[in-house]
Amino acid sequence: MYVAVKGGERAIDNAHAFLAEERRGDVSVPELSVDQIREQLKLAVNRVMAEGSLFDPDLAALAIKQARGDLIEAVFLIRAYRTTLPRLGASKPIDTSAMACVRRISATFKDAPGGQVLGPTFDYTHRLLDFKLLAEGEAPQAARAPAMPAAVPHIADFLNRDGLIEQDTANDTTPPDLTREPMELPASRALRLQAITRGDEGFILSMAYSTQRGYGRTHAFVGELRIGTVPVEMDIPELGFAIQIGEIEVTECETVNQFKGSKTEPPQFTRGYGLVFGQSERKAIAMSLVDRALRWKELGEDNSGAPAQDEEFVLMHADNIQATGFLEHIKLPHYVDFQAELEMVRHLRAEATREAAE
Amino acid sequence: MPEPQPNPTARQIWMGVLARCRPDRLAALMPDLAAHVVLRPAEVGAVMVRGRVGAVGSPFNLGEMSVTRCSVRLDDGAVGHGYVQGRDKGHARRAAVLDALMQTTQAPDLQATVLDVLIAEEAAGRQARAEKAASTRVEFFTLVRGEDK
Repeated sequence: MYVAVKGGERAIDNAHAFLAEERRGDVSVPELSVDQIREQLKLAVNRVMAEGSLFDPDLAALAIKQARGDLIEAVFLIRAYRTTLPRLGASKPIDTSAMACVRRISATFKDAPGGQVLGPTFDYTHRLLDFKLLAEGEAPQAARAPAMPAAVPHIADFLNRDGLIEQDTANDTTPPDLTREPMELPASRALRLQAITRGDEGFILSMAYSTQRGYGRTHAFVGELRIGTVPVEMDIPELGFAIQIGEIEVTECETVNQFKGSKTEPPQFTRGYGLVFGQSERKAIAMSLVDRALRWKELGEDNSGAPAQDEEFVLMHADNIQATGFLEHIKLPHYVDFQAELEMVRHLRAEATREAAE
Repeated sequence: MPEPQPNPTARQIWMGVLARCRPDRLAALMPDLAAHVVLRPAEVGAVMVRGRVGAVGSPFNLGEMSVTRCSVRLDDGAVGHGYVQGRDKGHARRAAVLDALMQTTQAPDLQATVLDVLIAEEAAGRQARAEKAASTRVEFFTLVRGEDK
């Protein structure tokens, strides 16, 4: 028998009011503005944009405020919002070789043309808490030096010249879109990259780390890591030509991976690729390692059974909104399901007790 | 390889500038909107941004960005379109009106008082970031090693 129950409405309304008050916190402390979050918690904003899969810093900052700093909840808000937006079209593929870089480093070529530009990095900091930040100080000022040429060539181009690295060839096929059609496996590399770039940073990081520890080892070097802004262009039907519709900040990582050759491919360097919204370099590096690990089949490598080589495992568990939705739903009322379980356990116990007595 | 960018036309340039500028800055430079009819009301939407596998290969879907568009017609018949980054409907409408006005005799005046100002400010911002980045470029030097003596 199914018994419908009602009666949580007042409790729910009051829980939301309590949530709103807790969100505000101590009212003797000034309220946080969305502008402050966008400008001063920029890396959190970037993460919400990447995993929410919507580049809009103002909205991501608002989501962080509303979610009380719970970034997965903020991603959830962004994902929900973006489903309300009509799709105006798709951009031309962004040209990352035209990136205005604020950071560009290579772990493989010390003297790469364009140089090693550290940019605003945490690297080489001592990871000591800076108690000066407890006090409001003057605005810090960055040093300046004469600017370099705007466009910096990709480092993979140099290895290409010697034929030592696999080549990607351009084409203009329409890529599959997992926001429009359910993900089908086996997935193309384009579909995998879409799933990974919007996947949970922690999950992608751990998958990448597992390959470094030996579970599907790919011997990755960071051939190049670059962060900067690129224009976004789209063809406008009513105009009959393409225009720039904005500018986004992205992080791009290309790994160069040792490859001894396989039945189908000669010994050469192979590549893993990461591209993520915002300044998100941990995610971009992790993405390129996971991308490379998932390419074992097309490169004719052995499947060592490592989780990072298992396309279904990686792609079906990378999305933190799917994951949290399924995980957290078990806290919602399951009274009827549980009542059935209870009945069954009682029944089984009664049987077992009777059998033991006989 | 990415397709080479042909030289953009004047209209492509101004539409790009209007797409990227901050809404409040455009409003400050062009506070009054010329009389116009709205052909397509401002609409907030999303554009799927694509990248290329390995920077040069097949396209893939990176994620969406918010974009607002609007189309207007001036009394003299000039039609303007605004496509701007973000969700500001006033920004899209103002950009559409300016796009239409740039097809009229007012173009030189607006070029000087609005577009050139936005272009200069954007260039200054880019230059500042490039100079800060350049200051973090590593200048390697080699230490003399004992065994080389």
